[in-house]
Amino acid sequence: MAEIIVVTSGKGGVGKTTSSAAIGTGLALRGFKTVLVDFDVGLRNLDLIMGCERRVVFDLVNVINEEATLNQALIRDKRTEGLYILPASQTRDKDALTQDGVERVLNELSEMFDYIVCDSPAGIERGAHMALYFADTAIVVTNPEVSSVRDSDRILGVLQSKSRKAEQGEQVREHLLLTRYNPARVQAGEMLSVDDVRDILAIPLLGVIPESDAVLKASNQGQPVILDDQSDAGQAYQDAIARFLGEEREHRFLEVQRKGLFSRVFGRKG
Amino acid sequence: MGILSYFRAKKQTSASVAKERLQVLVAYERSQRNQPDYLPQMQQEILAVIARYVDVSVDDVQINLDEDCSILELNVTLPEQKH
Repeated sequence: MAEIIVVTSGKGGVGKTTSSAAIGTGLALRGFKTVLVDFDVGLRNLDLIMGCERRVVFDLVNVINEEATLNQALIRDKRTEGLYILPASQTRDKDALTQDGVERVLNELSEMFDYIVCDSPAGIERGAHMALYFADTAIVVTNPEVSSVRDSDRILGVLQSKSRKAEQGEQVREHLLLTRYNPARVQAGEMLSVDDVRDILAIPLLGVIPESDAVLKASNQGQPVILDDQSDAGQAYQDAIARFLGEEREHRFLEVQRKGLFSRVFGRKG
Repeated sequence: MGILSYFRAKKQTSASVAKERLQVLVAYERSQRNQPDYLPQMQQEILAVIARYVDVSVDDVQINLDEDCSILELNVTLPEQKH
């Protein structure tokens, strides 16, 4: 039986797909057979972030509609052993995701994999609901910014009332992943701090990913940023995976990098 | 750092404004979350009845159900008497 993880946020553009790609790759690097499932039907992008956009033949909706088998639709990642991608359909809309169909596909994947990572679309409509409904674990991706925090709290409410676990009287395990964190702006009082966001959302913190040039560079190249182990964001995702698997890791990249004397005296730019 | 933050601490930062606003909003939205779906509709209907007699607006009526739906609390702010 696989563990089903949903990467969700409510708000768009906070880093769900970037995080899904990093988490799926990170779990596979640790030796777990992992599949990344894109639930963003009509606006798929996980294939692009994973660099397999030209290898998509069949997709999730084809499998739900029994137009293709799972083995035909799964794309094997060329970089990371044991990692597969199930892309979303680009030509359908989210109504194509039936609850029975999604359940059948997840059950079948569950026989083949250790982890199923579901990349949720933004919003709280059908696509997002289907992505989180069957989840055992939720990774809530949040930016230190008011609308993202509010939407994350909303999604937590949905997880606690409308997921299968909730309907069975159980709880979806919740993790907070704070992304696009800018320690300099936090220090200047211009950005919510990690403690502020934790106070408000009150769920365990899985990791803090710093705002980083490496993220855009990685997505330009179709390579999950976690593979860039020289980068701060890559290392922060690796730490998050370690914590997810139960290791103790201190949070890094929460403080402004030490500058030289000159920039400390003159360096505060607006 | 110490001296700088001493001077900066005097005026409220935008991040602390953000936190306060969020705390209020999130607490309110959480309290709404567990309420049954019929509550807004009921609020409308109660308001319509009251409005037949008194000049009130939506903002003047607060309806709260406690967690296990055992106490219904209804607050109506009546307009000030005109003399």
